[in-house]
Amino acid sequence: MDVNEPTGGLEQSPEFVQDLEGRYRLDAIFEFATWAATAIAIGVLAWLLISVLIDGLGTLDWQFITSFPSRKAERAGILPALQGTILLMVVVATFSFPLGVGAAIYLEEFATDNWFTRVVEILIGNLAGVPSIIYGLLGLTVFLRLFSDITQGPTILSGGLTLTLLILPVVIVATRESLRAVPDSTRLAGFALGANRWQVVWSHVLPAAMPGVMTGMILALSRAIGDTATLLVTGAAAFIPFSPDGFLSRYTALPIQIYNWASRPQAEFHNLAASGIIVLMAVLLIMNTTAVVLRNKFQQRS
Amino acid sequence: MTAELPLQDASLVQWKPNRDRAKLIQMIVKVISGGFAAVSILTTIGIIGTLIIETAAFFSEVPIWNFLTDAKWTPLFSTQQFGIFVLISATVMIAFLSILVALPLGLLSAICLSEYASPKIRQILKPILEVLAGVPTVVYGFFALLTVTPVLQFIIEQLQIILPFIPDLKIFNALSAALVMGIMITPMVASLSEDAIYAVPQRLRDGAYALGATKRETVTAVVLPASLSGIVASIILAISRAVGETMIVSLAAGANPVLGFNPFNSVMTMTAFIANTVKGEAPHGTTAYFTLYAVGTTLFLMTLALNIFSFWFVRRFREKYD
Repeated sequence: MDVNEPTGGLEQSPEFVQDLEGRYRLDAIFEFATWAATAIAIGVLAWLLISVLIDGLGTLDWQFITSFPSRKAERAGILPALQGTILLMVVVATFSFPLGVGAAIYLEEFATDNWFTRVVEILIGNLAGVPSIIYGLLGLTVFLRLFSDITQGPTILSGGLTLTLLILPVVIVATRESLRAVPDSTRLAGFALGANRWQVVWSHVLPAAMPGVMTGMILALSRAIGDTATLLVTGAAAFIPFSPDGFLSRYTALPIQIYNWASRPQAEFHNLAASGIIVLMAVLLIMNTTAVVLRNKFQQRS
Repeated sequence: MTAELPLQDASLVQWKPNRDRAKLIQMIVKVISGGFAAVSILTTIGIIGTLIIETAAFFSEVPIWNFLTDAKWTPLFSTQQFGIFVLISATVMIAFLSILVALPLGLLSAICLSEYASPKIRQILKPILEVLAGVPTVVYGFFALLTVTPVLQFIIEQLQIILPFIPDLKIFNALSAALVMGIMITPMVASLSEDAIYAVPQRLRDGAYALGATKRETVTAVVLPASLSGIVASIILAISRAVGETMIVSLAAGANPVLGFNPFNSVMTMTAFIANTVKGEAPHGTTAYFTLYAVGTTLFLMTLALNIFSFWFVRRFREKYD
């Protein structure tokens, strides 16, 4: 019997066609398609950036950054929007840092598995999926009307508080992850020295988790900085020809100003919108670079 | 020789434990941080309560029957009509078209990153896709309105020479908004699907190779089915994001509430209606004001249903390899 020629094998069944050449050709086409899809996604990003740069670089100068908006395009600037965005971020950071980190410490370090913890965890997951314009409606009712004595209506404070609620789930999730990344041996060593849980968390776990917490915080802030829908609903004004003089001032913000300019019919204002986008993206780039640097530092340490 | 006891150390003799104080501080911290955790409960109650109260006020003025069956959406006109399906049709059309872009692009680039790209290239490509995900939506809106729409109009003018039945593309149109929305949600589909695909254990691939399958056959017949639950979840979450997205549609798709599924037309989605009406500063207590919340409630229920469905799908169909 010839062992080299198996009988009754797959090769002899009528349905089987080996066709290696055809299969490898399909393989090549498929691999090309995956690379093409990635290239398209990146190509569109490049197209977007280039078109913004082409439209916006011409009108981007120091005068643009230091001027107030104007009905005349050649004199218009972005100063109040930039100031508004910075003050908004101060409010958001002030409230979301203690709230988010505190909630994460509770859930990660103190909470036992009871109904309260489980409900909070489910809700955090769901809140992250709520569209930002719905948060805007919440802010419109709660901060603009219910607490209008404190927030004085559509002010930086009410806008910032609404954005705080929007990014809180992001801060909590990021903080929990970095707390979880701190090895348990740190906690056990603390307990062995007679410290209680809070002393261990405060003196060792939190400092060790801090770079990760800061990274998550910056990424959450960069989400808040670009969010337009929430501010649109909570009453950021379209035209503010003055610098905001505090947290209870009416305001505009970078994305609102960009939206306002982009929705005008005149092409000169479209160029201003593009210049505004460059400023906004530059701020985002600085924030994200800081986050990446922190993350890399963090990874080296642990 | 006797070992020196630590207590004989002068500095340690002065050490007095104050466990009561430490316990008290821990108690206070626990209560405060627990209160912070409860903020998410308050937020949820706030969202749902706000929507319910204001929507109830809306339905006390407008019968729910009209809301569901009117064929027009004209809440700000003197002859008011409240056909929510006008807005839903636009929302669904744009979400559907954007998924037609994001599904192939996102899934194929996820496969590329996980299966074909070398670790080095992967390290370069992933951050770039993250940048794409971090671009603010108002920037995408600008891009759709002022860059993509003119290009599309030019392409369609050229096509009309050969195929004269193609309609004109309006300046504000659903097509451009949907295409750009597709690009916006592509990174989301890509990164969540890539997580799912990457998690498929290598031995499944090795098994397929051992049976003589090529790389593509392994991917399509073994890896994709094994990661299906994660992929489907990523797509549903992306749809939910597209439904709730505001800036692209309110800049590029216009404000023209018409019932139907014509992407060449200017349309008005639910989010665009809220953004536009709020901009006109609807005073509290008017029907227009309550309409915001009725539309908001519809939007909230749609995204909530999609999110819950996606969680359920992952739990129900996850393949476990332990």
